Amino acid sequence: MTDTTRNIAYFAFVALLIIGTGFVQSWNSALFVLNFGLISAIMALGVNLQWGFAGLFNVGIMGFVALGGLATVLVAMPPEPDAWAAGGLRVVLSLILGAATIVGAILAYGALPKGRLRAVAMIAILVAGFLIFRSIFDGGVAAIEAINPANAGNIGGLNPGGKDWGWMTIVAWPVGGLLAAGAAWIIGKTALGLRSDYLAIATLGIAEIIIAVMKNEDWLARGVKNVIGLPRPAPYEIDLQNDPGFVERVTGWGLDPVTASTLWVKLIYAGLFAAVLIGLFVLAQRALHSPWGRMMRAIRDNEVAAEAMGKDVTARHLQVFVLGSAIVGIAGAMMTTLDGQLTPGTYQPLRFTFLVWVMVIVGGSGSNLGSVLGGFLIWWLWVMVEPLGLGLMNLITAGMSEGYWLREHLLDSAAHMRLLTMGFVLILVLRFSPRGLIPEK
Amino acid sequence: MDLLNAIVALSNFVFIPAIAYGSQLALGALGVTMIYGILRFSNFAHGDTMAFGTMATILVTWGFQAIGISAGPLPTALLALPFGIAICAGLLLFTDRAVYKFYRQQKAKPVIFVIVSLGIMFIMNGLVRFIIGVDDQRFADGERFIISVRTFKAMTGLEEGLAIKTTQGITVITAIIVVAALFYFLNRTRTGKSMRAYSDNEDLALLSGINPERVVMVTWLLVAALATIAGVLYGLDKSFKPFVYFQLLLPIFAAAIVGGLGSPIGAIAGGFTIAFSEVMITYAWKKVAGYALPDALAPDGLAQLLSTDYKFAVSFVILLIVLLFRPTGLFAGKSV
Repeated sequence: MTDTTRNIAYFAFVALLIIGTGFVQSWNSALFVLNFGLISAIMALGVNLQWGFAGLFNVGIMGFVALGGLATVLVAMPPEPDAWAAGGLRVVLSLILGAATIVGAILAYGALPKGRLRAVAMIAILVAGFLIFRSIFDGGVAAIEAINPANAGNIGGLNPGGKDWGWMTIVAWPVGGLLAAGAAWIIGKTALGLRSDYLAIATLGIAEIIIAVMKNEDWLARGVKNVIGLPRPAPYEIDLQNDPGFVERVTGWGLDPVTASTLWVKLIYAGLFAAVLIGLFVLAQRALHSPWGRMMRAIRDNEVAAEAMGKDVTARHLQVFVLGSAIVGIAGAMMTTLDGQLTPGTYQPLRFTFLVWVMVIVGGSGSNLGSVLGGFLIWWLWVMVEPLGLGLMNLITAGMSEGYWLREHLLDSAAHMRLLTMGFVLILVLRFSPRGLIPEK
Repeated sequence: MDLLNAIVALSNFVFIPAIAYGSQLALGALGVTMIYGILRFSNFAHGDTMAFGTMATILVTWGFQAIGISAGPLPTALLALPFGIAICAGLLLFTDRAVYKFYRQQKAKPVIFVIVSLGIMFIMNGLVRFIIGVDDQRFADGERFIISVRTFKAMTGLEEGLAIKTTQGITVITAIIVVAALFYFLNRTRTGKSMRAYSDNEDLALLSGINPERVVMVTWLLVAALATIAGVLYGLDKSFKPFVYFQLLLPIFAAAIVGGLGSPIGAIAGGFTIAFSEVMITYAWKKVAGYALPDALAPDGLAQLLSTDYKFAVSFVILLIVLLFRPTGLFAGKSV
């Protein structure tokens, strides 16, 4: 069996799984799996760029996903002029001052000779800058959050057209990538060039902090009060159902208008996501087979030799780390678009960081096609393990009497089967097939 | 100005909680640093190992409570602790046999070990959620306070009260005992010395006839003990929630790196550095400043540098500073 037929067989199997879901459950669930599978595949592509191409270990994927989501709100929501008038400028000014403090400290570090004077000067700049930042920032935040706190209380976004300008959400995707890239640059600048575990720990930390900021800074994106009703690039179901042309057409095909409208919207999303995935996949594939890609793999396989050949290992690592994080950020923005809301409370490391890792490793580290496959396959498994686990528990507990504590406990715990399954999948693949389903060539 | 009250308030809200939290972090970081020194990878499953050991202890505690065994004024969990350690050690030895051993024989790269430890983390996290659920569990019983605010005020006649919780006292005493025992073991016993030799230079240690599998086994046993004790102390002091234990990974790693990975004394120093910075930066200084400063200078606001929601940011920033300026940590651990 050649590689091509094997790959076709794998993807046919995935297609079969999704279509099977359509027949067994409903076409809505099948499209749900498909849409999230597309997004997962993009995330896996980004992580594969970091891990597969360059051997960089990023455990902060959740943070970059969340930054993408934040970008969607900041770009696609209508602005809140009152909030801007009340404190927007103060907040912006304080953020600029905060950034200036850090730049000033870095400049001082570079300009002063090594010694006690430098340490004191830096600490003085940072402390003074922080106090000034807080004194300006706090007032601005209080003013913004006081404006219409029940529905807004934040600065809103940049979309003057509101819901009529749904296409602005698509503009938010690359912006999400940029935000994620910026965060990745800061992390990469500090942690790359040191031992590999440090990058892992630093990314773990930044992810927690990004989520903490998004949960607590209400002025930015309402924090845990969530932003709902994001404008969207696809039409609204209710509009479709009220559109006589649409209803006529689908009833002509023998479909129920309500179901048809939900399917149609999901299909539009699927088309958009597939376009992004194909574009990024082609780019990643081109990158892998370019001189740049060969250089990255050479660095990954032997840093010392690559360095001796005159390659700047740390700079190349930084480059690929930023690129990979940007792709994850784009996927994060797309996911928030699909959800139609930003809910910082739902970002869980096990769901967003470690699941993507399982996708990359199961698919095949270093293989773009493998990552895409892993994205679909593991997402399907993630969605299906819960009903399957419940079924299994029902089977196990079938003999126990109603209300028996063990029975109740097992049924309640079925939801946690996911973590166990994913852990076992990861360990088994690493042990018995470390190169993944579609190995790197 | 009232310096005495200021000192009491400072002790009550900053020093005592930070010492207790620092002891817990130090024990956690000791576990991370031991694995790093001997097995040479950063164990991402450590937070969930702590959760698993704590869960085992809680289950045994409930068993004891059900049959009426208690430790009087002390929490029953202390009696259950050895059983919890044993169960946790069993699990760790099993994972080592079933999973890590293979990669050791393959001489896999450290980053592979880290990914494998992620898988283990998933499984342990799943097990804990499966067995005890995701909810908060409080399992502290016995006396709540060594000194309560009211008795302290009655004793001293001061305006400010000082409370020392039993769990805080137990934490500090246990941590001192554990650390003393650990250092005695590492520095004085034959097995401990062979472990340090193995950590310093694996090949030389093998040449001098040290059995690597035995060293690894003893390491896992020690890690099980350290992780379970750290987890139980944290759980007694606050409460047990699996996700919180996962989140403790960040301050624990930060502590281990700040101290210098692979250096036990560094882990302790790092634990206290992180704990004190975290508590001091997120504490609202209004009260203390109100006592210590003349009225004219007393702050209007809370005088809190960062809200407690950002306590993880503190350990993270310290971590970044250490990585930027002194990547080997305070006590020059292994850097590459």
